[in-house]
Amino acid sequence: MTLPWLQHILLVPILLPLLCGAVLAPLTQGWHRLKFALSYASVLGLLATALVLVAMTDGGYWQDGIGVYLAANWAAPFGIALVADRLAAMMLLLTALLAMAALHFAMQRWGRIGVHFHTLFQFLLMGINGAFLTHDLFNLFVFFEVMLAASYGLVLHGYNSTRLRASMQYIAVNLAAALLFLVGTALIYAATGTLNMADLAARIPALPAASAGLVQTGAAILVLAFLIKSAMWPLGFWLPTTYAAASPPVAAMLVLMTKVGAYVILRLWLLLFPIGTAGTSSGFGYDALLYGGMATIVFGAAGMLSSDSAGRMAGYGATVSSGTLLAVIGYGQPSLVVAGLYYLVGSTLAVAAFLLLIELIERIRTPRSAMLAVTMEAYAVEDTPDEPKGQGVPAAMAFLGLSFAACALMIAGLPPLSGFVAKFSLFHALLNPPVAAGADAAGVVIPGVGWVLMALVIASGLITIISMVRFGVRTFWAATNATPPKLHRSEVAPIAFLLTLAVAMTVEASPIFGYLQRASAGIHRPADYIGRVLGTPAVPGPAARHAAGAAGVMGAAGAAAAPGLPASGEAAS
Amino acid sequence: MEAVIALAIGIVFASGIWLVLRPRSFQVLCGLMLMSYAVNLFIFIMGRLWVDKPPLTPAGTVPDPGTLADPLPQALVLTAIVIGFATTALYLVVMIGSRGLTGTDHVDGEEPEP
Repeated sequence: MTLPWLQHILLVPILLPLLCGAVLAPLTQGWHRLKFALSYASVLGLLATALVLVAMTDGGYWQDGIGVYLAANWAAPFGIALVADRLAAMMLLLTALLAMAALHFAMQRWGRIGVHFHTLFQFLLMGINGAFLTHDLFNLFVFFEVMLAASYGLVLHGYNSTRLRASMQYIAVNLAAALLFLVGTALIYAATGTLNMADLAARIPALPAASAGLVQTGAAILVLAFLIKSAMWPLGFWLPTTYAAASPPVAAMLVLMTKVGAYVILRLWLLLFPIGTAGTSSGFGYDALLYGGMATIVFGAAGMLSSDSAGRMAGYGATVSSGTLLAVIGYGQPSLVVAGLYYLVGSTLAVAAFLLLIELIERIRTPRSAMLAVTMEAYAVEDTPDEPKGQGVPAAMAFLGLSFAACALMIAGLPPLSGFVAKFSLFHALLNPPVAAGADAAGVVIPGVGWVLMALVIASGLITIISMVRFGVRTFWAATNATPPKLHRSEVAPIAFLLTLAVAMTVEASPIFGYLQRASAGIHRPADYIGRVLGTPAVPGPAARHAAGAAGVMGAAGAAAAPGLPASGEAAS
Repeated sequence: MEAVIALAIGIVFASGIWLVLRPRSFQVLCGLMLMSYAVNLFIFIMGRLWVDKPPLTPAGTVPDPGTLADPLPQALVLTAIVIGFATTALYLVVMIGSRGLTGTDHVDGEEPEP
């Protein structure tokens, strides 16, 4: 039995950006066109891989839609398992789409200043993709660090004192968060003796009460690290400053990084502490997520109302959306998770598009970016980026205005774009709590906290639209000397692309919801997942295969006889 | 022995927290380093404290788990040390850059009003 070659596709989202980044590192800025082309090719490769993975997980290629890849061919609890399910495939797809837009936006200006933009960008993608795929806690830590180290460099990209100050705080906060991650991981290992997520999920219900307490402590410390990433109040004060300071393509990718935190929490919590099962740890910590998420919504909405600059507004918008997500996870209702996932995708696209748009809108006020001139000087870049070549497009103002309106509608959740569909489905799920089998549907009561959550989501939408409209009026209508800015095609295209995706999400809401329902059902059935991960046999090595062949028994017997033995060259080739 | 180690880790970690909350970036850096030492020690003892139990299997013998220390935390701590070292070095570079650009070593990049 050998591994089907298609199974190696699980490695591609990690290896491709790693290799691409390594190739790009020694190239000097004189090769910037080649660097951009390679970087773009890598992102397109990631997009294709993600599409294939979506098709494979959803198309029945793997049983239960779960593809397991045993790294270096060590059987599951001992080695590191990479797992692709529908949720991971969807997140990979979102990453690739967003990366494509951000990279395209960086083509004309941001990719050319500084030396290692493209390298760091690829390493960031590697870290994010790895965090989506890996199912080992310590490996998750490593990928988080890869992602963060790349993001430190990227936040500093276009070096000036604002960015330096913001990244000093950003780095300090995240280094402290990494230490919490390690403490939590160590505690979980001490209590259970394993770091493989499937193995953890299998062992936790059976733990004695004393060890269960240790696991819960460990998980609570561990989740702090993710909550800092996803900016839950009171851990998210770093976020608006960092977003406002980072260059637009980087800020767009940072939006995704907050969602990585929410993704990990969703996966880990449903796996380790599922509601309604046996064991002392069942349902642990959901309330904290729910109330913390609701506090985050309040904090983000208040921040949005009080912020003057568009960058900070976008940062608070991202805070509101991760608060909503955390509250959705903490509410602990499967049908709500489906709506939450749709909301995750839509709000990521909207906030990212808004962050890209801000730079273009700023040009209405300051036609030439003074900041860029400073950074060019600091870096002594000889190859001056071309001035945006496009004509002073007469439609520039119209484009900016319409895109801004679309972003505002999506972030606030007003019809007709995807934000509305997301919020509508959130309310629908909240108003239709699951009915126990045999119970009367009319007798089901919606808990008070559900009403509070709904009120908060509506109020935050209202506040969002107020502050967005305030900004829009000031920029587009009340500006006395508004000259149509020069926009380059490469800067307009990614924004239009992201908004088109949002429109497509609205039009195709039905099949997308079908997919998300299957994804959510998958993560709500931990037993299938545990069985698939722990039950995947290692591929027997050449010697074992030979022996098995001689005995006339293929595959399973050889794997059972030598679990965990690395087969040289099989998986690695 | 457990109490001594636990106290030691606690003191180092607490000193780290105090330093991280100080206004000068060098103090913050030292605090982060102290905290990462404490965390490394913490991971290390999560494999329990043993005397005379190597995490190695002698060649040619059938390993007996009872006589061996858990090697996994030791492997984890190596990774954690390397990553912590790299990110701390990175922070140092940012700190020096900030000192050069803003002319102060205050974490906010400006001296507070006296």
